[in-house]
Amino acid sequence: MNKPVKPEETGTILKVVGTRPIRPDGVEKVTGRAAYGADLHLPGMLIGKVKRSPHAHARIISIDTRKALALPGVKAVMTSADMPDLAAEHYEAGESASNLKDLSANVMARGKVLYHGHAVAAVAATSNAIADQALDLIEIVYETLPHVIDVEEAMAEGAPILHEQMVTAGLGETPTKASNIATKHRLDRGDLAAGFASADVIVETRYSSAAVHQGYIEPHACVASYAADGQTQVWSSSQGHFVIRGLCAKLLKLRFSDVRVIPAEIGGGFGGKTTVYLEPLALVLSQKSGHPVKMVMTREEVFRATGPTSASVVTVKMGAKLDGTITAAQVDLKFQAGAFAGSPVGAAVMTSLACYDVANFEITGWDVVTNSPKVAAYRAPGAPNAALGVECAVDELAEKLGIDPVAMREKNAVRNGVRAPYGPVYKNIGYVETLEAIKSHPHMAIPLGPNQGRGIAAGFWFNIGGESTVNVSINEDGTAIVSTGSPDIGGSRASMAMMAAEVLGIGVEQVRPIVADTASIGFSTVTGGSRTTFATGMAVVQAAEKLVIDLKRRAAETWGVEIDQVVWQEGAAHCLQAEKAPKGALTLAALAGSAGKTGGPIATVVALNAQGAGPGFGVHVCDVEVDPETGHVTVLRYTAAQDVGKAIHPAYVEGQIQGGVAQGIGWALNEEYVFSTGGIMENAGFLDYRVPVASDLPMIDAIMVEVPNPAHPYGAKGVGEVPIVPPLAALAIAVRHATGVRMHDLPLSPSKIRAAIDANAL
Amino acid sequence: MAQLSYLSPSSVDEAVKALSGTSARALSGGTDLLVQVRSGRAKPDQIVDLKRIPGLIGIRAENGGFVIGSATCGAMLSEHPTLSKIWPGVVEAANLIGSTQVQGRASLAGNLCNASPAADSVPALIAARATCVIAGPAGTREAAVETIVTGPGKTSLTAGEFIIAFKLPPRGPKASDAYLRMIPRTEMDIAVAGAGVSLALDADGVCLSAHVALGAVAPTALLVADAGQALIGTRLEEVALTRMAEAVRAACQPISDKRGTADYRTKIAAVLAHRAAVIAWNRAKEQA
Ligand SMILES: Cc1cc2nc3c(=O)[nH]c(=O)nc-3n(C[C@H](O)[C@H](O)[C@H](O)COP(=O)(O)OP(=O)(O)OC[C@H]3O[C@@H](n4cnc5c(N)ncnc54)[C@H](O)[C@@H]3O)c2cc1C
Repeated sequence: MNKPVKPEETGTILKVVGTRPIRPDGVEKVTGRAAYGADLHLPGMLIGKVKRSPHAHARIISIDTRKALALPGVKAVMTSADMPDLAAEHYEAGESASNLKDLSANVMARGKVLYHGHAVAAVAATSNAIADQALDLIEIVYETLPHVIDVEEAMAEGAPILHEQMVTAGLGETPTKASNIATKHRLDRGDLAAGFASADVIVETRYSSAAVHQGYIEPHACVASYAADGQTQVWSSSQGHFVIRGLCAKLLKLRFSDVRVIPAEIGGGFGGKTTVYLEPLALVLSQKSGHPVKMVMTREEVFRATGPTSASVVTVKMGAKLDGTITAAQVDLKFQAGAFAGSPVGAAVMTSLACYDVANFEITGWDVVTNSPKVAAYRAPGAPNAALGVECAVDELAEKLGIDPVAMREKNAVRNGVRAPYGPVYKNIGYVETLEAIKSHPHMAIPLGPNQGRGIAAGFWFNIGGESTVNVSINEDGTAIVSTGSPDIGGSRASMAMMAAEVLGIGVEQVRPIVADTASIGFSTVTGGSRTTFATGMAVVQAAEKLVIDLKRRAAETWGVEIDQVVWQEGAAHCLQAEKAPKGALTLAALAGSAGKTGGPIATVVALNAQGAGPGFGVHVCDVEVDPETGHVTVLRYTAAQDVGKAIHPAYVEGQIQGGVAQGIGWALNEEYVFSTGGIMENAGFLDYRVPVASDLPMIDAIMVEVPNPAHPYGAKGVGEVPIVPPLAALAIAVRHATGVRMHDLPLSPSKIRAAIDANAL
Repeated sequence: MAQLSYLSPSSVDEAVKALSGTSARALSGGTDLLVQVRSGRAKPDQIVDLKRIPGLIGIRAENGGFVIGSATCGAMLSEHPTLSKIWPGVVEAANLIGSTQVQGRASLAGNLCNASPAADSVPALIAARATCVIAGPAGTREAAVETIVTGPGKTSLTAGEFIIAFKLPPRGPKASDAYLRMIPRTEMDIAVAGAGVSLALDADGVCLSAHVALGAVAPTALLVADAGQALIGTRLEEVALTRMAEAVRAACQPISDKRGTADYRTKIAAVLAHRAAVIAWNRAKEQA
């Protein structure tokens, strides 16, 4: 692995931060002991299963559950009639806001089914087999309706309408006619016409990408227990148990204090586990049956009813002067939202030109409902789709102008002091440094052979801060416990322990990090938005610093000196007046052992809303070889440079970068939702929904550029999302240079590439 | 609720009897059958595990050829000291099935009798002119591999019948085979098209016999006689290969589905047959 590039030295000498200790959750995970969502078993527990729609769009005429209920072993059957009929209300859930009315109708269809796989009823029974049988006994009469899945078809005049009440917002006036377009987004600056008029070269291009799933290995799973006194407990695998609590409480009109959510270990989320599917159903079934209920999705259900991210169509018109200066850009983004409004097109609008300092632009986004599962957040939601169009357009421009693609990006790069297209003025960003890291990387000097091509693309993500609560306590032997409310999906327990160890001056193995349940710690929003190391990490550092002050006070009292006469170093209090401390320094263990005499337990809590998350930039270069006869793409090498602020645990930062690239390669080459003419997903399994396997990927070289974020105690920026932004474009551009054909529709599967090569040869 | 019983007979007769039942299914490695039972696609009332029957696992040389027990797993094929030297195409085809874990279970009989048009070992076995030894209520019989599968999910085996062994014929000098498949990924995938080629050459590298078989381009694997014929008497010169490729394309009757268009499958089958022929020829020339 490459050494981190350090454009600036931070000056502080760090002992733990920046090292690569073994993760504290590692042994449990690799030995199979870690308890994931499906691993809990409670006495008297029932199995819950969901009856799903066989149609892509239909009105529910009637549901008859009597036969199912009569089956021995069936303890409860539910439909949307068993859930409160909620008014439209927005609920902020970390990265994505939810409309509670829509969410309720998504977890259990109300009146209409809007996609194949939409939940219509659920049962709880004493065994899997009985639950399956009960599902077959539920009789539902549907009136099928025409459906629409393609985003442009859904926008067209005369398309089947999903929501009769929905009119397009953001048009400036309120239309009277129902539409599948939920919202039009707009961002603009300068004078577009003048910008294009001053351009020497203009490209106009269109790129589309298919719906792809987050593809986490662990299917959604939970256990819910609804006690007779109204207190409930939910064990579930999610990216944020406080959000699960909030959504369950809101959807079922429960008091927050009556819902305790205990986080299970999580087997991947990538944004897709920031909402609820099963938990409210399991609670209703538990209440109705009087038993705890476990619900576990199959992989097929995961594909049909959760995730994915939007299919999209992006058109870009971009003009530049002969020297490469981009004078104007017009971007149009059409995003499939699935059954309910709320695609990530807003973020796509804001990120699309975020790497470019362009005086004149107009960006339009369309949030469009379709008869497919409601999209969920997926790593940098919206940004990869937008970058596909914009980065490919920049490549086309650079090619026309005969300018090197890295130089083209440098020429137009945003720098500190430039106002981002989405509003704020950039500070402490490391985009130019990241471009520089790629430019000087040996990868760029490797010559290419026949049928090989190189693609370069950049990407941006905001990164967020947000609300976190952290508890740090010192045990009687001087070891520490760090409790957070942030589920660990990418090695955050290790990073939290490291930051606490750094401040306390002890070894990282002395710190035990845990993820506490909703009743054991204050509110913390989801692990999402690349926020946890930044925001929760900030709270950890502040809490540890508070403890150090407390420890110094205790030492000062012991020695009978003023607190300013005590320094904290290497995990011990040292007295500046040596004569007052004849026995020398007071270690953390000594102070902990005598805590009862100096004020009692040593513990503190910090709750904050972290501000100042530094935006992240990445620049990727990839080389591919295309077999012109089969259309098969081999990714030969891949280098990803990213400004990470400061890598707290470099191995896990590299892991994030490599993981994002791997998912991006899948998105670019083979992953896609394939729908039948009846609107049924035809490849709802990992055999035909092709995520890359290990042998599909080269070593992904992760280059960490460290331009510190002054808002974080150690300079950290979010790192988890940026790396999935450039790969779609990087691969598309590399394939173009390998084949001589520009392909505009992802995925670039072998059959499409062969067809494009054949068409080009005619 | 339907009950599923499991039987593990230790003789052919016992197995024949057990398999004569209405919805009994033979089990070798289980890598197809158990997946199908779990998903509800197969609903047998009895599973008859054949692996304890003597001879069903193992490879022996016989009359200059090989007899491979029908339940022998892929890993055993590749570990055999001489099989892959003489039939590298058959072994590489069988070894493409699944992953290391799957290779410890998956058998040739299961791959054939699952009757998927895309089964990887089948075109290689057909090109190799392999036969099956079939046990049944009327005793044992032998049949060419290409006669077993009659359509997707369908075989010509009758009630109580099962395959006990595959026979690979004796091989002269300067003979070899090869199998190639196209998948969008690099492993853990299902063939969009596959091609097996088996050749025997004279001392000058001229084809004395040639057999070309295709997978995933028709309801069953195809033996394309014209394609083999195009190579006989040639040293695989470009004209010969072009004629073979034409014969391959003419024989293809693929469907368009989520795994590839009919047009793509046809083109790829020709590409794979061409490449496999060249590999088989080069291997044959190196044989003593
Ligand atoms: C992860 C994974 C990856 C896979 N990859 C591939 C691949 O790349 N290529 C490929 O071709 N296949 C693949 N398969 C499918 C499968 O592994 C193969 O078809 C394998 O060869 C089946 O052999 P088996 O012994 O496991 O069959 P089983 O599952 O035991 O049986 C399969 C069928 O054959 C019947 N049968 C079994 N033995 C006999 C017999 N002796 N006589 C008559 N009928 C019999 C059974 O009743 C059943 O209908 C994959 C499967 C999995 C799970």
